[in-house]
Amino acid sequence: MQIIENAKVYDAIIVGSGAGGGMATKILSEAGMKVALVEAGPYFDPKDPVTMTQLKNPWDSPRRGASSTRAFGDFDMSWGDWSVDGEPYTQKDGSEFMWWRARMLGGRTNHWGRISLRFGPKDFKHRDVDGLGDNWPISYDDIKPYYDRLDKMVGVYGTNEGRENDPDGFFLPPPKPRLHELYYIKAARKLGVDVIPSRMSMLTKKLNNDRGVCFYCRQCGRSCNQYADFSSSSVFCIPAINGGQVDLHVNSMVKNVLTDEEGRATGVSYISKEDRKEYRLKGRVVVLGASACSTARILLNSKSSQHPNGLGNSSDNVGRYLHDSTGAGRSGFVPALMDQKTGYNQDGTGGMHVYSPWWLDNKKLDFPRGYHIEVGGGMGMPHYGFGWNISEYNKYLGLPTGGYGDKLRKDVKKFYGAFISMAGRGEAIARRENRCEIDPDVVDQWGIPVLRFNYQWSDYERHQARHMHQTFEEIIHAMGGTPLGDTPGKDQDYGLLRPGQIIHEVGTTRMGDDPKTSVTNKFCQLHDADNVFVVDAGPFTSQADKNCTWTIMALSMRTSEYIVEQFKQKNI
Amino acid sequence: MKRRDSLRTLLVGTVAGATLGSTTSCNTDPTTTPPTPETPPATGLYGRLPKEIERDQRIMAEIFLNEHELATIAVLCDIILPATDEAGSATDAEVPEFIDFIVKDMPYHQLPMRGGLMWLDIESNRRFNKTFITCTDAEQIEIVEDIAYPDEENKKPDMAPGIKFFSLIRNLTVTGYYTTRMGFDDLGYVGNRPNVWDGVPEEILADHDVELDAEWAAKCIDQSTRETIAEWDEKGNLLT
Repeated sequence: MQIIENAKVYDAIIVGSGAGGGMATKILSEAGMKVALVEAGPYFDPKDPVTMTQLKNPWDSPRRGASSTRAFGDFDMSWGDWSVDGEPYTQKDGSEFMWWRARMLGGRTNHWGRISLRFGPKDFKHRDVDGLGDNWPISYDDIKPYYDRLDKMVGVYGTNEGRENDPDGFFLPPPKPRLHELYYIKAARKLGVDVIPSRMSMLTKKLNNDRGVCFYCRQCGRSCNQYADFSSSSVFCIPAINGGQVDLHVNSMVKNVLTDEEGRATGVSYISKEDRKEYRLKGRVVVLGASACSTARILLNSKSSQHPNGLGNSSDNVGRYLHDSTGAGRSGFVPALMDQKTGYNQDGTGGMHVYSPWWLDNKKLDFPRGYHIEVGGGMGMPHYGFGWNISEYNKYLGLPTGGYGDKLRKDVKKFYGAFISMAGRGEAIARRENRCEIDPDVVDQWGIPVLRFNYQWSDYERHQARHMHQTFEEIIHAMGGTPLGDTPGKDQDYGLLRPGQIIHEVGTTRMGDDPKTSVTNKFCQLHDADNVFVVDAGPFTSQADKNCTWTIMALSMRTSEYIVEQFKQKNI
Repeated sequence: MKRRDSLRTLLVGTVAGATLGSTTSCNTDPTTTPPTPETPPATGLYGRLPKEIERDQRIMAEIFLNEHELATIAVLCDIILPATDEAGSATDAEVPEFIDFIVKDMPYHQLPMRGGLMWLDIESNRRFNKTFITCTDAEQIEIVEDIAYPDEENKKPDMAPGIKFFSLIRNLTVTGYYTTRMGFDDLGYVGNRPNVWDGVPEEILADHDVELDAEWAAKCIDQSTRETIAEWDEKGNLLT
């Protein structure tokens, strides 16, 4: 098979079009650099009526939105999920890592929850607090200006609360709470659990003339045809492509970074999913934003005589320190929310309007790091699964269960909206042993060696999950409700979800000042090759009790502007 | 290659643009093969990828439940959710058609469904010497009364398979019914359309012992300003 060389030499080749790659595409192309954007999936525009799922009714789907073909249901706007056809990943030592991959322009940002939380000052220097993990080589003050600009560039609703580790920003005003959220606020505050308005990247107010304003359909997971939520496709990639400086290469699965005799990058090699041939692109700078694990895979597959252990891997740290947010969730039945008056539109924005940032001091607890609580509930749109075993909730009222006919119809209405759910999302400690590496025995359908995961939780995370469930139960009780299901015990890791399941994986190319213990420097530049940068969550030295996307984008902006500066000074 | 060709490339062969309904500039190509008349669009437009359309069409073309089974399901569905003065019945909402599809889409329902329907006929044969659908209304209800409620004290061990089956078909009926326009109307769900959320209406709040405190409310969006472009001072205070 002949390798097809593209004669063009790009100023930069960006791999991946999600939050990090999209931001880099915007910044580099607007600075006048000629960019190749390489995406493993097809083109996607949230406006396209052919692929749009927003505002579809459940009956438009013969399975009423069930998850037979898409893991998060028919209407979820992610092409690709826990499994991708012909692209397996494997596990070692009983590891149960779950890996979500979206293959489309904009990547996972097309369906993400839009929860947009800045990391706080403590999050960058948490080793100073508890002696665990490592400090970042940068501080909150280094990244604050980029968060500030990001808020104004992309748009996020929320409020300035003056909280020490949940920094203020430039927020659009939040929507008012829904009914079940008012119940949550009251109950949580009674217990001393802080509650503040959510911070979400949806436009409750006009941000610029290019994007619409939220019309409250609660379907951000379907990606907004008015561009009123942040998706990298609509907000970064499509405008950048229209700017004329960007060549988009879709359905292009990057295999490795090409390097020269000095060990510097000269371009990338990819397999076209359309003709199954290998192509090469040449570029002066390579920017990897393929996702923490995919970027690690590309680097580890980029072996050469100059980089025998894989590109950027002289320290043997690529793929290590992999960590995801912790997660646990619980629902409760709340009698005060029974027999609600319907007939008003309660949809609101996607996700929750209120949340609880971490409110305690870990010095007094048996786990080192915090978590926040996301709140669910309300009278949402029915989909497959609606009304399942509905009459069984009568047992909490001492009433007969089962039945049919008018009794059943009354039960459905009685219990509609009478539930609250809570999801804890917390910080895990990054550990060197938790990793992804190349499986020596397995290649995907493109002939590329795949990742093998080895990730084990520790008691730090298990104890945190136990605390989450205790808190959820207390809040449900304070609402006068009953937690559903049993309290998960030690045999179930206290309800701790599987690693990777929260889809916040970070840390695989972590940043640090010492090339012996880190992969990238504080500008997300490989220690081992100065014209290769990482703009996804790989460089995170540690996760916080926050979601990672806002920090991916702020860091990518900072890295991208550093690239522009270095490029113009001819340093790279 | 041009970016706008990318999706079309993945549409290769199996599905023509016309199958997807109204196509757009992104992947309209008048030269693509027209859909063959034997395979009409599976489900209308709900944003499917080619492989998903192919799967839907394959499932729709399959037959699993036979006519007798579907007739039995129709009778059961309407016992579970009969018409009321305000709302139609389960068969009015085409719940049997939904169940016919869903057991093919989710094959793990097939054995419990087929076996449960057979159990029901055996039981009605035992009691009345006829199949369930040929029983009188009163006879049908007599059986249903024995399987529509949990038997936690195990007083009717012979009914256990029927109770399990009835629970399945009740769940599928409720889900199938309330995911239709008729179900939305019966439930009072009025969302899934553009609107402007401005908090819980006062008349709803009046029924509940919660309120939105003034401090919180003051921070929320004043919806009369939603179309005004946001501007801030250097401290992050919104000016517009």
